[in-house]
Amino acid sequence: MAVIDPQPAASLADEGARQMTICNACRYCEGYCAVFPAMERRLIFDRHDMGYLANLCHACGECYFACQFAPPHEFAVNIPQVLAQVRTETYRDFAWPAVIAAAFNRNAVGTALTLALCIAGAMLAAAGFSGVGILTLTAPDGDFFKVVPHAVMAGTFGFVGLFVLAALVVGGVKAWRSLGETAASALRPAAWGEAIADALTLKYLSGDGDGCATTFLRRSQARRYAHHLTFYGFLLCFASTIAGTLYHYGFGWHAPYGLFSLPVVLGTLGGIGLVIGPPLLAWERRRADAALFDRGHDRLADALIVLLFLSGLTGLGLLVLRGTAAMAVMLLLHLAVVMALFLTIPYGKFVHPLYRLLALAKYALERRRPPAHTLGGD
Amino acid sequence: MNPILSATQSTYAGVCLSIGCLRRTVVPMIDLGAIDVLVLGAGNAGLSAALVARQHGKRVVVLEAAPKHMRGGNSRHTRNCRCMHAEPTAILTESYPEDEYFADLMRVTGGETNEELARLVIRQSVHCPEFMGRYGVRFQPSLSGTLQLSRTNAFYLGGGKALVNEFSAAAERAGIAIVYDAVVDGIVLDGDCFKSVAATIAGVPASVSAKVLVAASGGFEANFGWLEEAWGPIAGNFLCRGTPYNTGKVLKSLLACGVQRIGDPTQCHAVAIDARAPKFDGGIVTRLDCVSLGIVVNKHAHRFYDEGEDFWPKRYAIWGRLVAQQPDQIGYSVIDAKAIGAFMPSVFPAFRADTIGELATQVGLPADALAATVSAFNDAVRPGRFDHTILDDCGTEGLAPNKTHWARRIDTPPFFAYPLRPGITFTYLGVGVDATARILMADGLPSQNMFAAGEIMAGNVLGKGYLAGTGMTIGSVFGRLAGEGAGRHGRH
Repeated sequence: MAVIDPQPAASLADEGARQMTICNACRYCEGYCAVFPAMERRLIFDRHDMGYLANLCHACGECYFACQFAPPHEFAVNIPQVLAQVRTETYRDFAWPAVIAAAFNRNAVGTALTLALCIAGAMLAAAGFSGVGILTLTAPDGDFFKVVPHAVMAGTFGFVGLFVLAALVVGGVKAWRSLGETAASALRPAAWGEAIADALTLKYLSGDGDGCATTFLRRSQARRYAHHLTFYGFLLCFASTIAGTLYHYGFGWHAPYGLFSLPVVLGTLGGIGLVIGPPLLAWERRRADAALFDRGHDRLADALIVLLFLSGLTGLGLLVLRGTAAMAVMLLLHLAVVMALFLTIPYGKFVHPLYRLLALAKYALERRRPPAHTLGGD
Repeated sequence: MNPILSATQSTYAGVCLSIGCLRRTVVPMIDLGAIDVLVLGAGNAGLSAALVARQHGKRVVVLEAAPKHMRGGNSRHTRNCRCMHAEPTAILTESYPEDEYFADLMRVTGGETNEELARLVIRQSVHCPEFMGRYGVRFQPSLSGTLQLSRTNAFYLGGGKALVNEFSAAAERAGIAIVYDAVVDGIVLDGDCFKSVAATIAGVPASVSAKVLVAASGGFEANFGWLEEAWGPIAGNFLCRGTPYNTGKVLKSLLACGVQRIGDPTQCHAVAIDARAPKFDGGIVTRLDCVSLGIVVNKHAHRFYDEGEDFWPKRYAIWGRLVAQQPDQIGYSVIDAKAIGAFMPSVFPAFRADTIGELATQVGLPADALAATVSAFNDAVRPGRFDHTILDDCGTEGLAPNKTHWARRIDTPPFFAYPLRPGITFTYLGVGVDATARILMADGLPSQNMFAAGEIMAGNVLGKGYLAGTGMTIGSVFGRLAGEGAGRHGRH
C-alpha cells in the first residue's frame, strides 16, 4: 500500500503540496495567520496556490514550533521553510527580464556590491574624462551638482526608475494572474484597504500583540519594529527625493538645502531608519531558529539588507561631509549604492512588499467570497 | 545536550543530578536529591499538577518517558478542552450549563460514569482556560468558521504541542525539573504509602524516591502486548494514533501493587483511520470522515453497518470498533466523484479508478463482489433530497444493513476508495481516585500520598464512549486537584 513518503518530495512544488496536504488535514494552526484560512479554502495545492500561500507567510515561526509533525517526526512538516523556498522561486518566476533575475539569484550580495562598485567606478571615470577632477574637487558650498550635473543625475535615475517601474508592473501583473485574479478584481477598494492596512502594520508579525516567535517561545515585536524602521526609513528617503524634485522643478529652489528643510529632514530621519533597521533585521534573522529559513531566500534578504544599510549610511555620511573635500567621493558612493539598490529591486528581496501586498489583497478578496467547499468533521 | 543535564540547569539548589561518572564508569549514580513531589508524565495533567504543587513551595521533579521533542504524551495531539460556561466569552459562544454537559456525558457513556467526579470535572471546567492562560497558553477566538464545537470547546491556539511547550517553559521558569528519557519501570509501595519508583533515565537504571507521587503517565494504548491481552490477536492490526510512549508501565505497576482498578481494558477511544497511517503518532491527519458519503465494505467487499446512521462525532466514535470487528480488521470506504469536496481531506491520496472493478483491483478487493455490492446498493437507493447537514431522507430499501441517510447512488466516475483500520486514541482502564484526585486502594480507602490525573484515571469519568474535549478537561481539573493535594501534603 502506498505510504506517505517521509522523505521530502523530488520537486519543490511536490514537496510544498505534500506538506500543505498534511497541514490541511490537521488545521490546528488556523488561528495563527492568514496562510491557514487560505489553505482551508483549498483541497489541492498547485504551484499557483503554493506561490499565494508562500507570499502570505511572514515567517513568524509559530506554526513550526506548534507542529506535532515537525522533524524528527516522519512527516517532516516545516511550513515556514518550505514557504520560504517557494517564495524565493516566485521572485524568480515573476521577475522581468528573467536573465537578470537568474544572475542575481546565483549570488545576490556579490552581484549587488559589484554593481554598486562598477557604477561608482564608472562615475569616477566619467568625471575624470570630463575634467571635473573629482578626487581633488572641493565644494565648500556643498553643491552636489558641481560633481554630478543635475541633468545627468535626474536623467540616469529617471531612466533607471522607469525601467524598475516597468519591471515591477510586469512582475505584479504576472503575480496577480498567478493568484488567479483579474483586472476587475483588482478594483475592489475595501479589500485593498484591508490588505494595505495589514501590510503597513505588519499585522502578521504582531502575533495579536504577543509578537512573533522566530526563537522558540521568545516572542517579541523586535522583528516587526526593525522592519518598520527599515520600511518607513526607506519611504522617508523616497519622500525626501520627491520633496527635492518638487523644490527643484516646482519652486526653482536649488540644492543644497538647509538642515531644517523638508528634503534634509525627511532624508535624515529616513537615513537613521535605514542605518538602524536593516542591521536589526539581520540580527533578528541570525538569532532566529535556522530551521525556519531557506538559504536561498536568506541570500536575497542579505543583499537587500546590505544595500539598504549602505544607502542610509552613505546618505547620512553625505549630509555630514557635504561641506568638506570628501563630499564628491561620498556623493558618488551614495549615488552608486542607491543606483545598485534601484537596479536590483525587481530581482531580489525588494519585490517582497509587492507580492506580499498582492497576496494579502487576494486573501482579503477571497474572504469576501463563499468557500468552494463546506466540509464535515471538526 | 544530555537531557539530564539540561533538566538540572533550571532546577533549584536542593535538587541536583550527579552524572559526572555516567560516561566513564559502569556504576552510575543518579541523585535527584530530596524530592517532595514526583510527577510521572509531562503532559497537560502532569504539568498542571507540577505547577500547582510548586506554587505551594514543594520541590517538584517530573519524569517524562519521551525525549524532549516528543514530550507531553497525547496532549501534543489534542486541540481543545470542553468547558462549562454560563455566558459567551472571548473564546466560547452562547452558554453551556452543567446539566447539559452532564447529559452529554451520560449519553456518550451510557451512564458508565462516577457522577460525583463527573460533576466535579464539569463544575471545575469553567476555570480551565483561565488556568491554562496563566501559564502562557493562548486560545483562539470562537468565531472560526470550520469549527463545530465553538460553543462547548475552548480551542488553544496552535493545538496541543503549543500548549505543552508553554506549560513546559512555565514549569522550567518556576524551578521544576523535567527529566526527559526517564522511563518508570515500577512503583515501590509500603502498604498504601508511596516510597519510590524504579526508573531508567537516559538508559541508566535509577531509584527515585519522593514524599508524594502524582501519576499522570497516560494509558496503555501504545503497548500492543497489553492490547492483545485485552482484545486478542486482532489488536495487532490496530494503529496507535498518539505517542508511542504510553506503554502503561506505571498503570500496570500500580494495579499490581493493590491500587483500585477502574474500567474495562477493552474500553478506549478508537476511530476508523486511514489504514496507511504509521503504527504510532500519525495523529489527527490520519482521520477520515467520508464514511457517510458512500459505502464501507470489509475485505470480502460486503457492507456491514449503516454508514448513514448518525452525524460526526457519534459516527466518528463508533467506526473504529466496527472495523475492529471485521475480518483482518480492515474496511474500505468507497465513494464517487459527488463526494469530493464534502469531507475533510485525508493526508493520504485516495485510490482512484474509472470503474468499480478497477478500483477493487487497486485496493485488493474481489472485483466481482465489490461490483455486486455497489450495484445492489445503487438499486436500493430510494429517491430523496440529499442534505449532508441534516438527517435527510436519502435512504436505501431492502438491504441488510440499510443505509438510512445520505444514500446516493455510487455511479459518477472517478470512484475513490480509502482503506480503514481501527486507530486507538486512548484507553480507559485506570486507577480509582476520589474527589481530591487521591488514588484509592483496592479496599476503596484513599492512599496516603498518591494522586492521579489525566488518562490514567479518566476511566472514573469516562466508562465508555467519548465526548470531544473531555480528556483534556479531566486532565486539567484532576491535574490541579492532584497538585493541590500534593502541595498540601504534610501540612495539617
